[in-house]
Amino acid sequence: MSLPLHAGTENCVGPEKGEITPAFDKQADELISRYPVSKRSAVLPLLHLWQETFGYIGPRGVEWIARKLSLQEIQVLELVTFYPWFRQKPYGRFHFRVCRTLPCALGGAGKTFAALQKLMNLKENGHGGAMVSEDGRFSLEYSECLASCGTAPVVLCNDAFHEKVDDTKAATLVAECK
Amino acid sequence: MAYKEQRLIFKNIDAPGYTRDIACYQKHGGYEILKKGLAMGGPAIREEVKKSQLRGRGGAGFPTGTKWSFIDPTKVTKPIYLICNADESEPGTFKDRQIIYKDPHQLIEGMILSCFANGVKLAYLYIRCEFTEGWRILETALAEAKGAGFLGKNILNSGYDLEIHVHRGAGAYICGEETGLIESLEGKRAYPRIKPPYFPAVLGLYMCPTIVNNVETLCHVKHIIEMGGEAYAKIGRPNNTGTRLICVSGDVVRPGYYEFPCGALTLGELIQHVCGGIRNGNRLKAVIPGGSSAKVLKAGEVYKIKEAGIDGKMVEKELKLEDLRLDFDTLAAAGSMAGSGGVIVMDHTRDMVECLANISTFYAHESCGQCTPCREGVLWLKKILSRIAEGHGRDDDPGLLKEVADRIAGRTICAFGEAASWPVQSFLAKFRDEFAQRIRRNGNAAKKDLVSLTH
Repeated sequence: MSLPLHAGTENCVGPEKGEITPAFDKQADELISRYPVSKRSAVLPLLHLWQETFGYIGPRGVEWIARKLSLQEIQVLELVTFYPWFRQKPYGRFHFRVCRTLPCALGGAGKTFAALQKLMNLKENGHGGAMVSEDGRFSLEYSECLASCGTAPVVLCNDAFHEKVDDTKAATLVAECK
Repeated sequence: MAYKEQRLIFKNIDAPGYTRDIACYQKHGGYEILKKGLAMGGPAIREEVKKSQLRGRGGAGFPTGTKWSFIDPTKVTKPIYLICNADESEPGTFKDRQIIYKDPHQLIEGMILSCFANGVKLAYLYIRCEFTEGWRILETALAEAKGAGFLGKNILNSGYDLEIHVHRGAGAYICGEETGLIESLEGKRAYPRIKPPYFPAVLGLYMCPTIVNNVETLCHVKHIIEMGGEAYAKIGRPNNTGTRLICVSGDVVRPGYYEFPCGALTLGELIQHVCGGIRNGNRLKAVIPGGSSAKVLKAGEVYKIKEAGIDGKMVEKELKLEDLRLDFDTLAAAGSMAGSGGVIVMDHTRDMVECLANISTFYAHESCGQCTPCREGVLWLKKILSRIAEGHGRDDDPGLLKEVADRIAGRTICAFGEAASWPVQSFLAKFRDEFAQRIRRNGNAAKKDLVSLTH
């Protein structure tokens, strides 16, 4: 997806249009204060803050953060495209990451992924990125090692971490997402 | 029983009734060692760490005392920084997670001691963002420590000031590489820096002298100050001192995390006695002993290893895979490495082509893209391995794979190039037949369910 670099808010869809509250601004300032030597160090924290507040990082986020830290927009955008955690499109309200690295794969991560995909009724999108359900409730993607190899396979649902997720546990997890 | 754990770092982890708040930590003697350390003074702490012969637990096994000695706080005019590397993401490793989630104050105490010893006034704790809860736990723990006067201005009336902030990564494995981590902390893409000149001890964070230590390493510092460097050095074996956190995953009955004196047990004892053997009554086929970057060891292999005997003379011994001691030097002598302590076990039903394809998919995804041999080469490794696994292999693919892998290692800025090549080189050298076989029965192989390993 190509992003217009100098896009204004009119290009944004969904929740990125939300209001930037004084509380949000204050939080950003607090994060910046942790890096007294270089404001630029605060890019990752601000990107996290933006994504957690608005769901994804669109052109408006890139522009706002760049202005806040006196950076060029490309210096922010290049991080959004480099770090896999950041996304430029909204995901589902419940975003699932299934670890696919060797120990989890040996523990059956592929089956877990297939079970989740079926339960969420998701279709392959052909480009390997996260699959998002039509109603915006679920999204699903593979992730690299989540560092809990002893309890494979593991799944991250939003911020909640789940261990030894087999078919049955996958069904329970999905049912709990309301 | 010989296989009893010796828990230093994991002493309170999973202990009944132990919680991660500061009150519980202090009830168990927490922050007492900090008081001791502050009274000892920085140079004395550095001396003890040197005497302990502690080796870094992040993967490379570099002596911590030596790393610290590159910086002399009395001579450096720039600020000195310390960064705790909590970007645990080497496949097979999950030790730091236990410390952060279950005993965060132990890490913070070790970190404050290390900062004090090296004249550090500002330190960062770089945690991978997938540990979302871990990040919140650390923020809370740091606030608790500050509230109790262990952080901030004039710590315990010693005149020493220190601030520690948590910095979250964003899902990139390369941030575990120390110079990549520094770039990331500076707000850039995590492209590792070339050494020389960018040794962190000279030109680290903001071009100032910087120490980067792993979570486990910093915890060990606390125990070294508690018992003294010499006493600590008696645990384990010469040049492989202290305890080691070992994470076992894959096809064993009881996977999990364990703590033993370094080199106290062999690979066979670990798998058979500590982890209950191979699951489903299967046989052992292969072990990756130190995180997925380490070279694979094959069941039935015999290694010729030179070792100092009781009289100090070097003697050559033949050791079977099961008899390899789990320490830095023995595993290195066997052609692999102790790395980050992540032991991945594979049983005889596992297809080595699929396992390697899985590993290479990981590295292809995680290459930062800075150096051409790695960016292009690792992707080709993945493509070729996937096509073999999917049943479209060509006769000369194994040779091609080796050629590509050989041309990555040693031609990149950081060690990621080696990390990505070693599995390919070792799997090919030890399981060549399986690759050839897989290619011969191409059509049949394609029918197998591959999703679990190569997606």
